[in-house]
Amino acid sequence: MIKHYEISGTDFANGGEASSDFKTVLKKLGVPMDVIRKVSIAMYEAEINTIIHGHGGTCDAEIMPDRVVITFKDSGPGIKDIDLAMQEGYSTATDQIRELGFGAGMGLPNIKKYTDDMQIETSEGKGTTVILTIKL
Amino acid sequence: MLLSDIRNILDAKVLTGEDEAALSAIDIHMACGCDLMSDVLAFVKDQALLLSGLINQQVIRTAEMMDIRAVCFVRGKVPADDVIELAKDRGIALIATEMPLYNACGILYDKGLRGKDK
Ligand SMILES: Nc1ncnc2c1ncn2[C@@H]1O[C@H](COP(=O)(O)OP(=O)(O)OP(=O)(O)O)[C@@H](O)[C@H]1O
Ligand SMILES: [Mg+2]
Repeated sequence: MIKHYEISGTDFANGGEASSDFKTVLKKLGVPMDVIRKVSIAMYEAEINTIIHGHGGTCDAEIMPDRVVITFKDSGPGIKDIDLAMQEGYSTATDQIRELGFGAGMGLPNIKKYTDDMQIETSEGKGTTVILTIKL
Repeated sequence: MLLSDIRNILDAKVLTGEDEAALSAIDIHMACGCDLMSDVLAFVKDQALLLSGLINQQVIRTAEMMDIRAVCFVRGKVPADDVIELAKDRGIALIATEMPLYNACGILYDKGLRGKDK
């Protein structure tokens, strides 16, 4: 089963709707709570990144018998140095984003922590694709 | 610690309409005081209370993702109605105290409600 979501790049207030909806889907399927929480946290971090850094995009979340694969795609500015972006505390977030409670530079390290696999494909000026895999 | 006791200790208002029985049915084992949702998302514990001075939608979304049962807003801050509605919809109890974050956390800690060790 695949769920498709459009992620608005301007509607920060409603950010997290995709993660919220997908969490409901996993609950209905009876996925164990600890697995759901890992998926939810990683997906929400990635969704917020797609909004605040990628200026919006799409999300496809697929449930397979043994794993969940979630792909976020945006056409934003891309990531210049992935190794740097992966470091805890590195962030290019603006003060405005910080006032909203984000921009600690913890998202990507957190996604890595809660997933079994994370792939980032990015190209400067073209956009970023982040693929998360969590085993069921 | 029961949410009803936390409400009493912090002299807090209940924003999401739970009555005494509903508040006493929510048992809180851990707490986290933070304005940075990024840091909250790195804090995974069951039956947790989040204390925060931030009052936007993302506080509720963050709580939802983390299965946080209750949020206490500090420094007399009260979120907009749509934020309260989202919390009701998601089954997250909201309370609000006049105390600043540091004091609210300190008092609860003193009464035995702990945070995460590392
Ligand atoms: N989709 C994206 N498009 C462009 N840049 C990105 C994207 N995702 C992440 N980045 C870059 O990587 C940096 C680190 O991301 P990370 O999620 O770890 O931290 P953050 O989003 O800045 O803060 P936090 O996640 O703690 O709120 C970002 O500040 C940004 O520069
Ligand atoms: Mg982030």
